[in-house]
Amino acid sequence: MERGKKIGSTGVGGGALVSGSGKRAFGTVLAALILCLIGIMAFSIRLFSVIKYESVIHEFDPYFNYRVTKYLTKAGIYEFWNWFDDRTWYPLGRVIGGTVYPGLTITAGTMWWILNAFNIPLSVETVCVFTAPIFSSFAAWATYLLTSEVKGRGAGLTAAALLAMVPSYISRSVAGSYDNEAVAIFALIFTFYLYVKTLNTGSLFYATLNALAYFYMVCSWGGYTFIINLIPMHVLLCIVTGRYSSRLYIAYAPLVILGTLLAALVPVVGFNAVMTSEHFASFLVFVIIHVAALAHYIKRVLSPKQYSTAVSFVITFGMYEPAALIAILAAMVAASPTKGWSGRSLSLLDPTYASKYIPIIASVSEHQPPTWPSYFMDINVLAFLVPAGIIACFLPLSDSSSFVVLYLVTSVYFSGVMVRLMLVLAPAACVLSGIALSEAFAVLTRSIKYQDLSEASLLAAVDSTATLNSTNENEASVKEVKDKAPKRGKKKTVEKEVEKKRKRLLGLPMEASAVGILLLIIMGSFYVVHCVWAAAEAYSAPSIVLTSQTPDGGLHVFDDFREAYAWLNHNTGEDDKVASWWDYGYQTTAMANRTVIVDNNTWNNTHIATVGTAMSSPERQAWEIFQSLDVKYVFVIFGGLVGYPSDDINKFLWMVRIGGGVFPHIREPDYLRDGHYRIDSQATPTMLNCLMYKLSYYRFAEADGKGYDRVRRTEIGKKYFKLNYFEEVFTTQHWMVRIYKLKPPRNLVSAVKSKKRFL
Amino acid sequence: MDDARALVTSLRSAYTATPTKLKLIDLYVAYAVITAIVQTLFMAVVGSFPFNAFLSGVLSCVGTAVLAVCLRMQVNKANKEFKDLPPERAFADFVLCNLVLHLVIMNFLG
Repeated sequence: MERGKKIGSTGVGGGALVSGSGKRAFGTVLAALILCLIGIMAFSIRLFSVIKYESVIHEFDPYFNYRVTKYLTKAGIYEFWNWFDDRTWYPLGRVIGGTVYPGLTITAGTMWWILNAFNIPLSVETVCVFTAPIFSSFAAWATYLLTSEVKGRGAGLTAAALLAMVPSYISRSVAGSYDNEAVAIFALIFTFYLYVKTLNTGSLFYATLNALAYFYMVCSWGGYTFIINLIPMHVLLCIVTGRYSSRLYIAYAPLVILGTLLAALVPVVGFNAVMTSEHFASFLVFVIIHVAALAHYIKRVLSPKQYSTAVSFVITFGMYEPAALIAILAAMVAASPTKGWSGRSLSLLDPTYASKYIPIIASVSEHQPPTWPSYFMDINVLAFLVPAGIIACFLPLSDSSSFVVLYLVTSVYFSGVMVRLMLVLAPAACVLSGIALSEAFAVLTRSIKYQDLSEASLLAAVDSTATLNSTNENEASVKEVKDKAPKRGKKKTVEKEVEKKRKRLLGLPMEASAVGILLLIIMGSFYVVHCVWAAAEAYSAPSIVLTSQTPDGGLHVFDDFREAYAWLNHNTGEDDKVASWWDYGYQTTAMANRTVIVDNNTWNNTHIATVGTAMSSPERQAWEIFQSLDVKYVFVIFGGLVGYPSDDINKFLWMVRIGGGVFPHIREPDYLRDGHYRIDSQATPTMLNCLMYKLSYYRFAEADGKGYDRVRRTEIGKKYFKLNYFEEVFTTQHWMVRIYKLKPPRNLVSAVKSKKRFL
Repeated sequence: MDDARALVTSLRSAYTATPTKLKLIDLYVAYAVITAIVQTLFMAVVGSFPFNAFLSGVLSCVGTAVLAVCLRMQVNKANKEFKDLPPERAFADFVLCNLVLHLVIMNFLG
């Protein structure tokens, strides 16, 4: 049952010149060409960072994915699956095979392997850097498929063009941002497309493909729980609003069974697929859809009176077992302290949860709620078009358009909780804006096209408009008009119908339509200009290399991070352990190739709290903690000399909070003066004596004579002090990374001290 | 009580009127569901280790039941939505989906 591809609604080809099938062929070729161009645009708009800086992997998490991909390409899939990494979380190690989402690394590894099989010798780093732009082209094409299933080809092309450029998606998929979202957003949109396609056609083939696409999504990102909760919500909505059909059953039931099995196959998820609350909604709706199917079957075979007696029978007698089952289930869920949800999901449902119970989740900057301007920055013009799109989805309401509206509403809620989830909102916003823009263009161009016409051509116009709209009711009413005319043979009735159709077609006068089209095009150009600016200026920074403008207009490059990692790589022993705050763990293992204590995976809060406590303690206690962890080198990030604001002193409050959460002798008020963290002369003695202060500001007063911290904008409190347990081994060019070595424990006790003891 | 008896008889008479093809599929579905229930009772007796074996066993039974129900919906002549879908195509989809399901099951059995 083909809902079919419709011709683009902007009047392709002069009607008199080209026949119907010719029009369709021309439309297909044009659409294919446009899709190619959209793919190229999606790829090239993400290349700003490669042009402005170099082809380098950005930020922190991508370095871990890069290291895993390198291991996969070197050692093969079986070694990768069973890999136990002892270079991180010393002395605990990390089971990589069981705790990583393998989709991204396996995708990039496969691409590298295929290219090498064709003797195209691209390095693993190049493949990793360019994975995200390639998959954003695929995501744009998937958006085209999804939107054309909902509303037709014109809407599909518009939505694809919007998604190729939307800044929110660009921010997580520039060339070099080798992170899970790069492939996960493509998998998300593609899974939704296959679900809507199955819903529209009722074909089991697409249901199988849907389950396989969902499997790819589970492999790629932890956000797959969004899919497995959104689709049951939509099925429930359809059942409750009376839209149950066998296509709905075919779209949902195989997905639940196959999807659960496939999700359980991925080691990261494992048995969580059947035991955590994130998946309970799918099972609950699975039961509900079977009840609804049975009810429909019985309704079909019984007479209405018997059906009502059956319903009353079931309600009086049959409610006890389900009630008992629900009571048991509720008791089991209530028994667990988090009601079966994981910490991350709970922090999404209750935005205040993380700040109360899990400081680590609350400390990540991506997990903060977004500000209002960030909506305008990230989805720009789409913020205005989305409400229009919602209205367009209701005219008429079909299963697929209700799904898209539900997707938008839920993603708007989640994007309000965490700024990182603006990314999930972006495809929904693009789909609905594409629908809105396409419908607006359709109305305006139709008004211009059918300005002054005779009756017969009006009826012809009504026919062609009816094939352009994707509604059955319009066709039925058109057929009605045609049937009525010869049957009744009364001119008056036909005239009345024609007048009604004329009123419906010619909504607007010609000048208003022309101005409207012009304004829409201008709005589109504002969007394009903003997206290109956002891609070039705001989202292309690799954050491992910084640049700034010199007063004479040149470019000054701060490459301190790589300088420090290269120093560590060349000047320390192979098995030396390096301690730092967890932000830099992935980069240290990937670039410096040294064992670290904690890294960005943050799976062990106590271990991180140990490092945080060490950074907050006085020198001797910190040395003892690090000595117990076999640490040889400690490094801190310091931005005071150049004004780099994301340094460890600014992150210090989290070290205190996380450390204090586990070790009660670290009390946050000890470090605060009037409720603020200070490092100037007003700072508390605990603050001035802690390791972080000492390691950051050791010999800092010698650098500029006054010890003026450019980030905190004040002179430091304690300027001249010695380090007794650490020695400075390396400071980078702009003092951004400062590496210290632990002094070995003393061999001899000093003679003075021993004399005092014996006397 | 009379109502209940009349209900049951009308249900039974309506069901006997369905074509044999569909009754065969219904029998297959019932068999799959009964096998799943037997497996669950066995698990309740001997314990759930190894859990993946239990899960794959039960889900394969429930999975084939669900797919057979989908096939029944598509092949049923009384269902107007699928009147231009040839039954051979429906059966081919059914076989494909079963193949994928059992491939996954064999992988997951451990």
